[in-house]
Amino acid sequence: MAKMTKEEVIEVAHLARLAITDEEAEHFADQLEAITNAMELLNELDTENVEPTTHVLQMVNVLREDKSIPGLDRDLVLKNVKEHEGGQVKVPTILE
Amino acid sequence: MNFETIIGLEVHVELKTESKMFSPAPAHFGAEPNTNTNVVDLGYPGVLPVVNKRAVDWAMKAALALNCEITRHTKFDRKNYFYPDNPKAYQISQFDQPIGEHGWIEIEVKGEKKRIGITRLHMEEDAGKLTHTGNGHSLVDFNRQGTPLIEIVSEPDIRTADEAYAYLEKIKAIIQYTGVSDVRMEEGSLRCDANISLRPFGQDEFGTKTELKNLNSFNFVRKGIEHEQVRQEQVLLAGGIIEQETRRYDESTGKTLLMRIKEGSDDYRYFPEPDLVDIIIDDAWLERVRAEIPELPDARKARYVSELGMSSYDAMVLTLAKPISDFFEATVTAGADAKLASNWLMGEVSAYLNAEQKELEDTALTPEGLAGMIKLITDGTISSKIAKKVFKELIEKGGDANDIVKAKGLVQISDENTLREFVTTALDSNPQSIEDFKNGKDRAIGFLVGQIMKQTKGQANPPLLNKILLEEIAKR
Amino acid sequence: MSLVDKTAAQLQEMIHTKETTIAELTQKAFDRIEALEPKVDAFLALNKDRATQQAKEMDGVPFAERGPLFGLPIGVKDNIVTEGLETTASSRILEGFNPIYNATVVEKLKEAGMVTVGKLNMDEFAMGSSNENSYYKKTKNPWNLETVPGGSSGGSAAAVAAGEVPFTLGSDTGGSIRQPAAFCGVVGMKPTYGRVSRFGLIAYASSLDQIGPITRTVKDNALLLNAISGHDDKDSTSANVEVPDFAAALTGDITGLRIGVPKEYFAEGVGEAAKQAVHDALKVLEERGAICEEISLPHSKYALATYYLLASSEASSNLSRFDGIRYGYRTEKAGNLLEFYMNTRSEGFGDEVKRRIMLGTYALSSGYYDAYYKKAQKVRTLIKKDFDDAFEKYDVIIGPTTPTPAFKIGEIIDDPLTMYANDILTIPVNLAGVPAISIPCGFENGLPLGLQIIGKYFDEETVYRVADVFEQATDFHKKTPQTWEGAAQ
Repeated sequence: MAKMTKEEVIEVAHLARLAITDEEAEHFADQLEAITNAMELLNELDTENVEPTTHVLQMVNVLREDKSIPGLDRDLVLKNVKEHEGGQVKVPTILE
Repeated sequence: MNFETIIGLEVHVELKTESKMFSPAPAHFGAEPNTNTNVVDLGYPGVLPVVNKRAVDWAMKAALALNCEITRHTKFDRKNYFYPDNPKAYQISQFDQPIGEHGWIEIEVKGEKKRIGITRLHMEEDAGKLTHTGNGHSLVDFNRQGTPLIEIVSEPDIRTADEAYAYLEKIKAIIQYTGVSDVRMEEGSLRCDANISLRPFGQDEFGTKTELKNLNSFNFVRKGIEHEQVRQEQVLLAGGIIEQETRRYDESTGKTLLMRIKEGSDDYRYFPEPDLVDIIIDDAWLERVRAEIPELPDARKARYVSELGMSSYDAMVLTLAKPISDFFEATVTAGADAKLASNWLMGEVSAYLNAEQKELEDTALTPEGLAGMIKLITDGTISSKIAKKVFKELIEKGGDANDIVKAKGLVQISDENTLREFVTTALDSNPQSIEDFKNGKDRAIGFLVGQIMKQTKGQANPPLLNKILLEEIAKR
Repeated sequence: MSLVDKTAAQLQEMIHTKETTIAELTQKAFDRIEALEPKVDAFLALNKDRATQQAKEMDGVPFAERGPLFGLPIGVKDNIVTEGLETTASSRILEGFNPIYNATVVEKLKEAGMVTVGKLNMDEFAMGSSNENSYYKKTKNPWNLETVPGGSSGGSAAAVAAGEVPFTLGSDTGGSIRQPAAFCGVVGMKPTYGRVSRFGLIAYASSLDQIGPITRTVKDNALLLNAISGHDDKDSTSANVEVPDFAAALTGDITGLRIGVPKEYFAEGVGEAAKQAVHDALKVLEERGAICEEISLPHSKYALATYYLLASSEASSNLSRFDGIRYGYRTEKAGNLLEFYMNTRSEGFGDEVKRRIMLGTYALSSGYYDAYYKKAQKVRTLIKKDFDDAFEKYDVIIGPTTPTPAFKIGEIIDDPLTMYANDILTIPVNLAGVPAISIPCGFENGLPLGLQIIGKYFDEETVYRVADVFEQATDFHKKTPQTWEGAAQ
């Protein structure tokens, strides 16, 4: 597994929507390199014919009936919202 | 250089379930902002999704109707991206095991039939609704968040804007027949994005594609594709290159505008949704759903042609919208002549709906009402002209055609003696018209008919009137 | 009259005989919390007014309608959502968050008649092994206030060890109940994955997280697990299986019980004292009729790497919802949406959380998914199979809970890998999804050591039975830390 470069760290931080300074990026690069090096250990194992496990319990088809329950009172919906307007949640302008 | 256009469509359809895909909040359109949500929809800390069984049934139903193979071991995955209308910052979707794959539908453009492949059909949840206010912020309404969606991805088999239009019409019709969605573009229960690329004729590899969004009607899909086709051609002919980008169709100018350049492919970091378990579809489940699929537009169209002797085109138009087609069948069952019923539905009825911007179910017209009126035409009680008056009454207020005709005294005068009296009076008062007719002015007969119709309030039986009028003129 | 060293049964007896009341019990719990918090710092928020009111009302409920935990005080880890009681998961990003619903376990505590006295400190979003990753405070180990209580359920373990409350709930993703229980000398159970509903547990790693009880005795632990277990329609991963009466499983009889002792759990890095304490414990169990044999769980050494890849990947997605829009911390410095996201999240999350979000994002990103995430999922299959194979021959697997006792505050906080190694013996259990308990089994330099008993899927009964036999045969659980001296009883 490849060493993580500072640029990669910045790219990953962007994907995760974390602002990091150059200094932090270097610090993270070192730490993440140490961690990913430790992860290299897994390459010792031949897992070619091994199925991946997402769930340890063999449960399937957990489904609910299509019945609705009335929505929450809007006051509750907005209780923890810091900024709202006319019952809608306010967010800053979107700049791509 | 001549270019071939390659088009693939991604269609999103909202399923009209009672509750949401992963939460029991109501999934209805049109409520006050943020009143049809709960903690699951809002992505509160600690909440978990639970799959709506009917949504799975319906996704499967749609997939089967679109000739897809059903994936017997299907599952959900997380698609990770940040956006204010996406409260968890991941959308629960399906990545590598969509519920349906390898489907197809048949379209017809200018008499030519063509099969368009469907790569996949997968289940996912809809996002909330974001409104840009234009003054430094946007507003989010989470009512739509979690509404069950199916995404139908076509193969890049479409070559023209007309084919794209026909594909959409057909997808809409098929989904509408299955009853799993309202498929109303104006309410957003059907949405479409288009991928478009050009390549020189004869070349195997695809060119770079652009993704076209904001196509809010079938017509805009057509116009957007046409414009994008021309734009790409101009760029290529000028020696330029097409960037992989997302473009927006602008309704006011009819042009496509750059939204953003895609850098590589978007990294959505898909991985299996650990909060949901897999879904295994056995034969019994599959067959139960298959049995619930009603007759689909193609089958119905074929039946109209073979059983009712309808033209292929008429049958296609009549079967495109299920409410109209169902109404037609009910009208015929209620005793109406099939040919007249289809003419009325495709003529007066659809003209009225277009003019009034209404759906058939929003009017007072019933199949029994329409059939009653058609029967009165067939048995000569009323003329087609009178029928239009009756029709207006039926579609606006409803009721029984017979009653309307009686109440308004619209019964056709078909008694020869009565008509002959009207004719005699008219001829007596218009000697000049007789003269004109005899001098070869055919228009004079029209004038006389008009006079008599005025006298009879339009109730004279037209063919009979014509016959008597000619007889009486000949006597003079 | 002292209440702090009493079991649930003893407290109920005292209430029945009118030696005390629920109101008094509740009041004393708050008195003791107030007296000890300056030293221990286990609680983030107290529920005093509501709890006091509730306790008064509960004294009027007829005895016939009361269960074994009725009226007893409990503390809840702060990643478990409590309606109307601030819930932060020890993160700045949830500062001031006032939940509008209850976790399923909190509803179950209400049904059992327990009185929630407050919320307990933890490592931010359950990421950590020392409680030093809390944004709000550092909880101290009641046995030595200069050492950590362990983590991430450090507040939950310390509060029980200090006698502030007899019951707490924790959560365990890679050892977060068992490791602090071991460090604090109390009983901590991680149930089978799917035994307890996760609805309302702020997710760290969804496929590994499980809520469990922390108590002073095995019996009390079993009672509390009875109260919180069971299928929940709101959690698709909660198992639809019968919940046995765990307390009734404490028969005291382990004759013929087969115990597997994995050699990998005594490998390099595991302290001599911890090894010795476990060997002594095994002797105690053998004397009572159990049969011990050395076994191998050959993929144990891969567990740590597997865990960090899977847990961090799931966490990177689970923690994406914290964006300042619908609840929680919101940055003051943002001109546009991108800045808003980045500043809110960077200011709101601590270093360890960021580190794991970064690692997880990287492991899931295109080009690395197969090499990292999928590879780890496959190794998880092998680790699970180690347990499946072992449990064909053995009833339980026993080893130390942690390689060493509690370490000093600040000692290894800047060395993530050394910190992660603390969980080397507890992580395989989460990857397999089986249940495991940690109970006190000795001391090193005055600090407790934990014995880990691992059971088959949904066989918490056997785990409890073995733990109870050991507890009855020893008196480690009766030792009390120095903080007890002089504090309000």
